[in-house]
Amino acid sequence: MVSLFQKHLGHMPSLYEKLVKKHTVTDLGDDEVLLYISFHIMNEYTSPQAFSGLHAAERNVWRPSAHLGVVDHVNSTRRAGHGDGDEAAELLITNFIANCQRHEIRYFDHNDDRQGIEHVVVPEQGLAVPGQVIACGDSHTTTYGAFGALGFGIGTSEVEHVLATQTLVYRPLKPMRVTVDGDLNAGITAKDIIMAAVQKIGADGASGYAVEFCGEAISALDIAGRMTVCNMAVEMGARAAIIAPDEKVLEYISNRPLGPYQEKINSLRDELFDLQSDADAVFAKEVSINIKDIPPLITWGTSPDQSIAIDEQIPLPESLAENKRGDAERALHYMDLKAGTAIKDLAIDMAFIGSCTNSRIEDLRAAAAIVKHKKVHSNVRAIIVAGSRQVKQQAEEEGLADIFINAGFEWRSDSGCSMCLAMNDDVADSGTRIISSTNRNFEGRQGRGARTHLASPAMVAYAAINGCISDVREAQNA
Amino acid sequence: MPEPLTTIKGVAAPIPNHNIDTDVIMPKRFLRTITREGLADGALADLRFHEDGTKQNDFILNKHPWDQSKILIVGDNFGCGSSREHAVWGLYQLGIRVLIGTSFAGIFYDNCRRNGLAAICVDHALRDHLLKVAENPEYCEIHVDLANKEMEDHQGTHSFDIPEAIRQDLIEGSDAINTTLNYADKIRAFEGAYWG
Repeated sequence: MVSLFQKHLGHMPSLYEKLVKKHTVTDLGDDEVLLYISFHIMNEYTSPQAFSGLHAAERNVWRPSAHLGVVDHVNSTRRAGHGDGDEAAELLITNFIANCQRHEIRYFDHNDDRQGIEHVVVPEQGLAVPGQVIACGDSHTTTYGAFGALGFGIGTSEVEHVLATQTLVYRPLKPMRVTVDGDLNAGITAKDIIMAAVQKIGADGASGYAVEFCGEAISALDIAGRMTVCNMAVEMGARAAIIAPDEKVLEYISNRPLGPYQEKINSLRDELFDLQSDADAVFAKEVSINIKDIPPLITWGTSPDQSIAIDEQIPLPESLAENKRGDAERALHYMDLKAGTAIKDLAIDMAFIGSCTNSRIEDLRAAAAIVKHKKVHSNVRAIIVAGSRQVKQQAEEEGLADIFINAGFEWRSDSGCSMCLAMNDDVADSGTRIISSTNRNFEGRQGRGARTHLASPAMVAYAAINGCISDVREAQNA
Repeated sequence: MPEPLTTIKGVAAPIPNHNIDTDVIMPKRFLRTITREGLADGALADLRFHEDGTKQNDFILNKHPWDQSKILIVGDNFGCGSSREHAVWGLYQLGIRVLIGTSFAGIFYDNCRRNGLAAICVDHALRDHLLKVAENPEYCEIHVDLANKEMEDHQGTHSFDIPEAIRQDLIEGSDAINTTLNYADKIRAFEGAYWG
């Protein structure tokens, strides 16, 4: 045990290493441990084969109370209901509900006003707690790092493993630290911070690492912003992301419907001094970013690290490192863009605000501040899918929904992943150019042949108004 | 339970692009299923087929002899993006048993292990060499031997490294859950202390 941690995790532990150690049931040898999973979240699309495997082997769920099911990936968000006549979606959803019921696992479906995107719903309900290990069959489970919890995505076989044993065979990652300093300028958001990190570190620059974010800019972020940062850490290959929890986290999780009682929060407050990396912790990789000069960012290519500042030109492939040129050329062809031209003023067909990255009330407030008293451009179809029904309700109470609806946005009745990954009825046509507050600009992500530009919710909102990719700072300075 | 895999000899195809993500490996329209079966058609579907379903004749896996591939030589960071294990199921059902690249995304890498698909990391020089080898229809057959951690092409033998626990799982086709349940008492004891 000791040898494993000394060999692979450094002598002085980082927060990540402390959490791995705290949740190690036993050392399995060959650099692997049996890791205890405090909390496990499932959705309707990556869990069915896990349940059928469990049933075929006649195994039981080890600890039903440590799981939560959330319907979010395939459901239509157009009106309350199942898959809205979509047979494949109906089957996935009814199968999921039956599996949860059979094993007495709590779930939020279309009939539940707590339903929404899993990584929005879990924190909203108070179920992301500092010091825990949280797994889910979804790569954006890194989101829970915002709470000082170790969250990571797993495949369906591992979902079955967690169901059957409440553990995973785990190969500890190397600790990496990303320090973000500087004051946030107007128009710059958590989304721009993480996009800058992904751009600097690269799509696989954190592969094999667990990334701890720290620095004054991270401390200054609210919890929603920290969730955005940790959420997209997976886009630089990080299997896990974490931020040392502070008083803001305890405040956030207090008085949540399913959150810890005050007594537990008080004891967590006593643990905060230990839920951080030791001062002399050793990191296998260190990166520093100063956000002082970061302008709003936008992707031009088909990988999240292919981004530029709003006032920059689309890069010439020959200006890039040799091993990036081929991909850049392919991306430019797919995106139908010309190297060396400005990205600003590029006409868009659609604008989408949603996803586990940017669909929380804070994101909607930022977008509404841009949209207020304006209209969506006549060439643009603009859609907002709130991160949860709770977010939707709050946005309606705050008057944000009226701002969006009056401007011409589609304000969806239901919540879910929707056009972030286009597994429901929100699929963009080939050739459609979309500016999106989501996390992935992969080929075909929002529809076969659809062209995605990632940006912050405010940037998406401003582009929707102007009909083209625009510099949101103009709106904010006006 | 995965099929055991110790050695395999087969055609290797070069897929040199970096950051091939799981949306490309298994487009979402194939994900709307509650079973693991029927995913061969979905594997790399948008590269293999036109929108009308006809074959993209210039794509490597549609050309002879690579239409018989059991091995893919891939670009950096293969399998990045979504956790969907359907990507691995589809590649396996297409007949792929070994992936050789410089790095694989973490979740994808774990999914390969759990399904008997060997994902082998080599250095850039060897990967680039294998890409060239695989490009040549006369010499694209490669022999991969997990028992001896070696691979052989027409020019010679190359040793490779793979974490021992993963190598054992692949060779034995082991049932991870069964193995873990041997520690049931330890898990219970841990839980007693953890939840208080």
